[in-house]
Amino acid sequence: MEKPKDVLLTPIFDNNPIALQVLGICSALAVTTKLHTSVVMAVAVTLVVGCSSAAVAAIRHYIPSSIRIIVQMTIIASLVIIVDQVLQAFAYEASKELSVFVGLIITNCIVMGRAEGYAMHHDVKLSFLDGIGNGLGYSFILLVVGITRELFGSGRIYGVEVLPLARDGGWYVPNGLMLLPPSAFFLIGLIIWAIRTWKPEQVGKS
Amino acid sequence: MPRDTVGRTITVAVVLCLVCSLLVSATTVALRPRQAAQRRLDKMRNILIVAGLIGEDAHPSQAEIERLFERIETRWVDLEREATLVPKEEEESIDTDQMIFLPPDMDIARIKRHPRFMEVYFVRNEDGSLDQIVLPISGLGLWSVLHGFIALDADLRTIRGLGFYEHKETPGLGGEVDNPKWRAQWRGKTAFDETGRVCIRVEKPGGGGGSSDDPCHIDALSGATFTSKGVQNAIHYWLGENGFGPLLKRLQQERNDGKA
Repeated sequence: MEKPKDVLLTPIFDNNPIALQVLGICSALAVTTKLHTSVVMAVAVTLVVGCSSAAVAAIRHYIPSSIRIIVQMTIIASLVIIVDQVLQAFAYEASKELSVFVGLIITNCIVMGRAEGYAMHHDVKLSFLDGIGNGLGYSFILLVVGITRELFGSGRIYGVEVLPLARDGGWYVPNGLMLLPPSAFFLIGLIIWAIRTWKPEQVGKS
Repeated sequence: MPRDTVGRTITVAVVLCLVCSLLVSATTVALRPRQAAQRRLDKMRNILIVAGLIGEDAHPSQAEIERLFERIETRWVDLEREATLVPKEEEESIDTDQMIFLPPDMDIARIKRHPRFMEVYFVRNEDGSLDQIVLPISGLGLWSVLHGFIALDADLRTIRGLGFYEHKETPGLGGEVDNPKWRAQWRGKTAFDETGRVCIRVEKPGGGGGSSDDPCHIDALSGATFTSKGVQNAIHYWLGENGFGPLLKRLQQERNDGKA
């Protein structure tokens, strides 16, 4: 029997959905130009994975295996629409900036992967923790990438100026590449490198 | 208990869909008023940005936005009657859902239809004189209709600012219509030539096109021909004779009469 604490915490460093399983990369590239959008996206994904895993686990004995994927999709899609609606009502500007990427949580492989790979054969509590844990693992990468890109791309962190920009009379010349999606690729590559140096057991066998 | 019978599969699918659709519709219905209020505030914020009353990145509170809006007089315009201002006492009876459908030859902004009644915003100075007027514009870009505002100085010819609050153009290409640097070049340009025709051209700099000294020339966005054309078309339609053109002409007339 797995310990709830391990279920929650292993996905953060030991089995990170982005760094080890390399899932959910597309949104990690798209929404991390600023820390604020990264935070909103991280919270949204964590909630969706947690709740969808719990919901799938709750009805796992009733789901006919022939339609199980579409059942999971329906649950995930409903949750994502709800999250999208809530964002539009309470964080309008963030939802405008995230635009289509909130809706695209539906196709985020992490959500589907946890529902099919874990929640279909575990109880509600463990599945919920597993979902939240994987959401946190995703959030960890998003926040690191978001902080780095905003700091070096626009000299700010969470919209607060940290490095005074040369064009406003300061000394820092921002790195424009940081504002473009490829920089997230490089950063995620570096994070994977760092994690695998720290935990060599994650290195794949060639 | 067999799980994979046809009856069982259909039952699960139907129950699941019912539960999910109930949840989704309940959320949408419950949150709609709040979303509408948020959209309204966002629109007001964009009007203030285009009018230059707040900075590009400013995120003022609701109270602050409403305080700044005290300088702004909102009036309805009837676009079916040569853009006449609807008298204040008749504003109550306006049917905001009424649409004007545009025949293709009139539809230079390629928007197919727009409301018959639209809001325009008169920004007043302390003494009540006109500082600038903010007009809504829209036009088809590459992927989507761009919705935004254009602000004209008190002479009703010189452009004060331009901005879009809703579009789905390609980020990095057409999406650069939001770039403050690109938008800054609109300031001080002339929307109408001497004969009173809309003269703004969004075109490639240099070559056959104009230069940045030309008061009607705007540098197009590179890699975004359709979006650039869309912005130009939007301005030609909305400042033209089927848009707010007649209103601007009358206001100009009044202004000149006042001076004489």
